Amino acid sequence: MAIIERPATAGGVEIAPPATPSRAQGGFKRPVATTGWKSWLFTVDHKKLGIMYGVMAMFFFIVGGIEAVLIRLQLAAPEGKVLSASVYNQMFTMHATTMVFLFVMPMAAAFANYFIPLQIGARDVAFPRMNAFGFWCVLGGGIFINLSWFLGGAADGGWFMYAPNSGPIFSPSHGVDFWTLGLQITGIASLTGAINLIVTVLNMRAPGMSLMKMPVFTWLQLVVQFLLLFAVPVITVALFLLSFQRNFGATFFDVSAGADPLLWQHLFWIFGHPEVYILILPSFGIISEVLPVFSKKPLFGYPFVVFSGAAIGFVGWGVWAHHMFASGLGPVSVAVFSISTMAIAIPTGVKIVNWTLTLWGGKLRFTAAMHFAVGLIVLFTIGGLSGVTHSVAPSDTQQTDTYYIVAHFHYVLFGGAVFGLFSGFYYWWPKMFGKTLNEKLGKANFWLMVIGMNMTFGPMHILGLQGQPRRMYQWTEARAGEGFFNLAFWNQIASIGSLILVVGVLLFLINVVKTARSKELAPLDPWDSRTLEWMTSSPPKEHNFDVIPTVHHLDEFFHRKYQQDPVTHEYKQIATAEEILADQEAHADKHIHMPSPSYWPIVLAATLPIITTGVIYSIPVAIVGGIFLVLAMFGWALEPSTAPETDFDPPAAGESTKELAPLV
Amino acid sequence: MSDVAVHEADHGTHGHTTTTGLSNNKIAMWLFLGSECLLFGGLISTYMLYRGRVSEGPRPGNVFDIPFTSVSSFILLMSSLTMVLAVSAAQNRDDRGTTLWLTITALLGATFVGGQVYEFTAMYNEGLGFTTSLFGSSFYTLTGFHGVHVTVGIIMLMSVVGIIKRSTIPGDKAEVVELVGLYWHFVDVIWIIIFTLVYLIPA
Repeated sequence: MAIIERPATAGGVEIAPPATPSRAQGGFKRPVATTGWKSWLFTVDHKKLGIMYGVMAMFFFIVGGIEAVLIRLQLAAPEGKVLSASVYNQMFTMHATTMVFLFVMPMAAAFANYFIPLQIGARDVAFPRMNAFGFWCVLGGGIFINLSWFLGGAADGGWFMYAPNSGPIFSPSHGVDFWTLGLQITGIASLTGAINLIVTVLNMRAPGMSLMKMPVFTWLQLVVQFLLLFAVPVITVALFLLSFQRNFGATFFDVSAGADPLLWQHLFWIFGHPEVYILILPSFGIISEVLPVFSKKPLFGYPFVVFSGAAIGFVGWGVWAHHMFASGLGPVSVAVFSISTMAIAIPTGVKIVNWTLTLWGGKLRFTAAMHFAVGLIVLFTIGGLSGVTHSVAPSDTQQTDTYYIVAHFHYVLFGGAVFGLFSGFYYWWPKMFGKTLNEKLGKANFWLMVIGMNMTFGPMHILGLQGQPRRMYQWTEARAGEGFFNLAFWNQIASIGSLILVVGVLLFLINVVKTARSKELAPLDPWDSRTLEWMTSSPPKEHNFDVIPTVHHLDEFFHRKYQQDPVTHEYKQIATAEEILADQEAHADKHIHMPSPSYWPIVLAATLPIITTGVIYSIPVAIVGGIFLVLAMFGWALEPSTAPETDFDPPAAGESTKELAPLV
Repeated sequence: MSDVAVHEADHGTHGHTTTTGLSNNKIAMWLFLGSECLLFGGLISTYMLYRGRVSEGPRPGNVFDIPFTSVSSFILLMSSLTMVLAVSAAQNRDDRGTTLWLTITALLGATFVGGQVYEFTAMYNEGLGFTTSLFGSSFYTLTGFHGVHVTVGIIMLMSVVGIIKRSTIPGDKAEVVELVGLYWHFVDVIWIIIFTLVYLIPA
C-alpha cells in the first residue's frame, strides 16, 4: 500500500499497517485491499502486474498451442478430416495471432515489467497506473479477439491479413472485425507500455548506473520499447483503414475500386518486421543474463551486445519489403531490401559470437535455464541461417509461401523467442516466487521441447523446398511423392513432433504446480547472480529495495560479493547475498512513498471493448462506450497517482496512530 | 499524462537517481508525439498514394476552396502563438493570464474545427462522400484524424482551464500547460504539412 512507515530507530524492518485514503478523488475512494483478489485487480505494483501478464500469456500460450496441435492433426493423415477448410483457415490465423500478440509479446512484457525496475534499482515504473492500464488492455483485447470464435467465426485471412482475403467477400464473418479492433486495443497497451518503460529506464536508474552499466536485459528491452513506440502507430493506421473498409464502406484495399493492395502489405510489414525484433530481442536479453551467470564470467563484449542490439533496432526498419519479394516490387527495391536483409545478419551474428565466447573457458553449470539458453543459441542460428537464404531474392521467390518459411520462423520464434522465455522462467522463478523450479523436470522439459521442435519444424524445410504451400488445408497420398522426399512421411513426423512438444510444455506446467505445492524455499541467491534484481529478498518486497543501491560497476551485485585480488587477479568472495541484504535492512530508508492502487486503470480499459463491440454491432453502444471513456479519463486525471499524506486516515481501529517518520 | 512520478528522491541522503533531468511527464509527451509522427506518416502516405484515384465524383482540384482553408489554417497557426503566451503566463504563475490565453487558444482551435466541418459539408454537397472514391476516403481519413486531434486538444485546453480554476491536480501547473502546449504545437505542425501536401501541391 501507499505509505510504508518504519520505527524511527534504525535497523527495524517492521512495517506499520497501511493507512487508508479517506477522500474521494476523481469519483471513487481509493481501493485499500492489500490481500485477496481486490489487491490484484486494482494493483499498480509492477511486480504483481508482471505476474498477471505472465499468467495471461501462459493461458494464451496454451490456447495457441491447442490451435497448433489441431493444425498438425489435420495434416497428420492424407485428406485430413479433423477441421473443415473454413475452420482450418481460422485456426492458423488465430494460432499466429495468439502466439505473436497474446503470448510472446505479453510474456516479454511480463519480464520487462517485473525486472526492469529491479535491474535498474527503482521502486516502480514511471507511470504505475498506465502500467496497470496496459495489462487490462491486453487482456480485454485478447478476450475480445477470441470472442469471435463464438460469434460467427474467427478471423481467417492469415495473420498478415492480406487483401483481398481480409475483405468482406472472402471473409464475410465478423472475425476480421474482431481481429482488427482487438489488435487496436492491444496496440494501445503496447504504446503506453513503451512510453512507460522508456521513461522508467531513462529517468529512474539508481545513482551511478550510467547507461553502459545497465544490465543487458534492460538494454535490449529498451530497444524493444523504441521499436514498439514507432512500429505500433503504423499498424494502427493499417487497422483503421481496414476497419473503415469493412465497417464504413471505404475501398482502401479493394482492387476492383482501383486501390492498391500493396499498400496494406507495406503498412503491415513496416510494422511487421520491427515486430519480429520486438519478439526476439527480449529473449536475447534474457539469455545475455543467464549465460554469464552460469559460466561464472562477465558477458563477453558487453558494449558489442548492447550496440548490436541497437543496430538490429535501426536496421530492422529497412528490411520490411523482404516479405514482399514475390509481389513484383521491381529490381531496385528488391536489390536494396535484399542487401539490407543480409546486413542485419551481421549484428545478429555478433551476438551469437559474444554468447559463444562468454561460454568459452567458463565454469559452466548446466542448469535448466542454461540448457534453454544454449538451446536458443543453436536453434536460433539454424533459423537465422535459413533466414539468410530468404534474403537472396531468387531463392526467396522459390520459398515464398511454402513450408520452408514456416520452418524458418518457427526456428527463430520457437527455438529463439520461446526458448529464451523458458530460460527466463527457470532463472528468475526463485526471484519471483521464492521457490526454485524442479531442475530434473526442467531438463526433461528442455529435452522434450528440443526433440519436439526439431521433429516438428525440421521436416518443414524439406516439405517447403518440395513445394508444399503453407496454409495448405489437405494433402493427398497420390501427390505426396516417393522416397526421402515423401510428403506423407515428413508431415507425419512433424505431427508426432508437435505432440512431443505438448508433453514438454505439460511437464513445465506440472513443474509449476509441483513447485507451488513444495515447501522448500529457494536460497536468496541460488545461482550466484550478477545483477541488482538479486540484491533484495525473494520475492522482492513491495518497495523492492530497503535502500536504493548506489552503483559503481556493471554487474554491481557480483562486485559487492567478490573482490579482485590485486596480485593474483583472482576474484575472492567478500560477502554473501544474505550479508548484503542484512546490511541494506540495517540502513533501510525510513520513509518510502509508493504509488497507490487505483480503480481507474481497469475502468478505463473496460470501456475499450465496449466501444469496439459497438463499432461492429451498433454505433450507439460505441458512443456510450466513448462517453464512459472520456469520463474515466477525467476520473483518472483528477486522482493523484500517489495519494498525498493528508489523505490518510489513522490505521484500523484499536491501534494507535503512529507519527509518520520525518523526511530525512 | 498526469501521473506523478515515483519519487525515490524523497529520501534525502540517497538523493539523485540517474536521470535525463527532464520530468517523466515531459519525456512521455515527447515519446508520444514521436509515435504520432508515424501515425500521420502512414495516413499521409495513404493519401499521397490515392489522391489521384478518382473513379467518380470530383477531383482534388475541383473541391478545394484554397482561400477559405488558408484563412482557417492561419487561424490555427495563430493559436500556436496564443498557446506560447499561455505557457509563458503559466511560467510566470499568472493564473488569470494563463486561463485567458488558454481559452483564446481553444476558441481559435474551435474556429478551425468549425471551418473544417463547413468545408466537409460543402464538399459533400459537391458530391464527394467518404465512399465516393479512393481520393475521398483517404482525404476524409487524413483530415478527419487531424480534426479529431485538434478536438482532443481543445478538450485538453479546457480541462487545464478547469484544473487551474479548481486547483485539483497537485504538482507543477506550468508543466501541465507546457505539455498541452507541446501537443498543440505538434498538431499545428502536422497541419502545415497536410495543408501543403493536400491543398497547395496539385495532384
